[in-house]
Amino acid sequence: MQFSKFIPALAATALMGIASIASAQVKVGLTGAMSGPVALLGQDQYDAFMLAVEERGGKLGGQAVTVIKEDDQLKPELGNQIVRKLIDKDRVQAIVGLGFSNVVMASVKPIVESGTVAIATNSGASPLAGANCAANIFSTAWPNDGAPEAMGKYMQDKGIKNVYLMAPNYQAGKDMLAGFKRFYKGNVIDEVYTQVGQADYSAEIAQLQAASPEAVFAFYPGGMGVNFVKQLSQAGLLPKLPVYSVFMVDGTTMPALRDAAVGSITGMMWDASLNTPENNKFVKAFEAKYKRVPSEYAAAAYDAAQVLDVAFKKVGAKVDDKKALAAAVKAAGAEIKSVRGPFRFNNNNMPVQNYYVFNVVKEGNQVVTKQLGVALANHGDSYSAKCPLK
Amino acid sequence: MSFSLILSQLLNGLQFGVLLFLLAAGLTLVFGIMSFVNLAHGSLYMLGAYFAATAYNHTESFTVAVVAALAGCIVVGMALERLAVSRLYGRDHLDHVLATFGMMMFFNEAARMLWGPQPYFLPVPDMLSGTVDLLGISYPAYRFAIIVVGLLVAIGAHLLMHKTRLGMLIRAGSINPQMVGALGVNIKLLNAILFGLGAALAGLAGVMAGPILSVQVGMGEPVLITTLVVIVIGGIGSVSGALYAALIVGIVDTMGRAFLPMLLRDVMSREAATAAGPALASMLIYILMAVVLALRPQGLFPARRA
Repeated sequence: MQFSKFIPALAATALMGIASIASAQVKVGLTGAMSGPVALLGQDQYDAFMLAVEERGGKLGGQAVTVIKEDDQLKPELGNQIVRKLIDKDRVQAIVGLGFSNVVMASVKPIVESGTVAIATNSGASPLAGANCAANIFSTAWPNDGAPEAMGKYMQDKGIKNVYLMAPNYQAGKDMLAGFKRFYKGNVIDEVYTQVGQADYSAEIAQLQAASPEAVFAFYPGGMGVNFVKQLSQAGLLPKLPVYSVFMVDGTTMPALRDAAVGSITGMMWDASLNTPENNKFVKAFEAKYKRVPSEYAAAAYDAAQVLDVAFKKVGAKVDDKKALAAAVKAAGAEIKSVRGPFRFNNNNMPVQNYYVFNVVKEGNQVVTKQLGVALANHGDSYSAKCPLK
Repeated sequence: MSFSLILSQLLNGLQFGVLLFLLAAGLTLVFGIMSFVNLAHGSLYMLGAYFAATAYNHTESFTVAVVAALAGCIVVGMALERLAVSRLYGRDHLDHVLATFGMMMFFNEAARMLWGPQPYFLPVPDMLSGTVDLLGISYPAYRFAIIVVGLLVAIGAHLLMHKTRLGMLIRAGSINPQMVGALGVNIKLLNAILFGLGAALAGLAGVMAGPILSVQVGMGEPVLITTLVVIVIGGIGSVSGALYAALIVGIVDTMGRAFLPMLLRDVMSREAATAAGPALASMLIYILMAVVLALRPQGLFPARRA
């Protein structure tokens, strides 16, 4: 190489180095199911996260942020590949979203090995809350059985003597009913598990009718919930029979349910109708930008952005110090103004939060949710004692 | 287990069976007569529901919704036949599967882009929103209407196949398409009409299911699998076979889901029965299909061939 050619090349390299320091920016990977039947959940998380970034002028913690959106297609093996790519190739400072529990669990190994901060906004798998908890894995969503525990408590306090339980026949379904029974001590008339993805519930509804319980508690997420609630309403059971549920009547299903959901009672750590200044502002901004009501998944992702905002500010230029960032995220949990009200990370990095009870009512022509009360305040989970973290 | 419970479960089974028949009739016609495996049939069902929901949200009229679903599905079906399917008739069944599987993915993502990922809303028409009293049990009026519509379609299909010139040509075309063509019948047009008819039936099933189910991307696939079970049990290419098999599958599936977990409790512990019951109930129709395939591979009610 001739010397005359070498000088400009050297200068260019040096300049590029300076340039990259000057525009120091953080990268965040956002993963979730962005296609297929549950695409709405992934889309809500992405939209809410981007809303938070936009509100801060394209920055988190004062540093320009690039968000890399990835679709795990609800496939655990794909989720794992994406996480590896984000860590090894894109070298992101944080991963947000992580998808459903089964997808998260497939990605745990690369996340723990790399030490990269990961914030789940779609789930809080119980193994990660217990002995397998990790210093760099967080959840701003909910422990999977948090909401059913709250519903169990609420129905217990209400003095409901007997209840009929229904859920799809898979791990989350069983976890939900187990969580419910941890707090509900009355008589469980029957515990019915149906096929995952089942569309028609006529047979089960006829059995439910014949059992004539005082109330029913159900967990049917997404499309299954729409089918179940519509059919309950058509059979004349709703609103006659009190229907208590979790993850069934929410922002993702309400547009498809409308009047059919009236009368049902649902337990959640957040709802669009939750009346706090932070939440009102968030819901208003989300509706203005995306023309739809946000769901709890959107709320969790919005809070994850807030957590990262505070954490990046804390570590400043040391965004690549993974240990420092994880510690900053943990501390940031209690400092943000969460849209759900009180919030902090437990010793196992799972949320400690309130669980509210909401009732679906009709106001004029509008079907809206109304808060009935707080079922469990500052509630963690039943696994945290097994987690060695402090 | 009272009489009225068994009766209402029978009605539920009948209603599910009738809905399956609407799908199976179109699929078995195309499969048996054109020898074409159409996995995109479930997509037409989904499109029918989407067309109906969109029309309803604009006009608030269920009648318009039904018309939109039928017309939309016929147009999509016939366009699909002209553009893609007609090029595949001479190919192997595996090519059909591959091509229509691709169409299924195409329609799913297209629906997601057009209508968005959130489930769509289609209500029960006001006229049918209550319950009806049948022999002392109250049954949702809309589900009862599905049974009536399905049986009317079955009668209509029978009349079409056996009493009209079109039906005669379809039957003739299924046995010897070259000869029918040689006699001056436009076999291409016949195929397109047949495909459009199948698409219309799928669209009708979609609009009938819309008020009960969540109208969303991917709603066609689970029901397509059950429909394939129906046509295997009924005998490929036989419309009457599709009707009987759809009713058998509907009733077996419903009865299994309703009573199997209960019966299992008499022979095993409550926990084991709770775990095994739903799993076994969901396997029931596949077990039935396996038994039929082992004993009568041509199906229970195969089409009569000359």
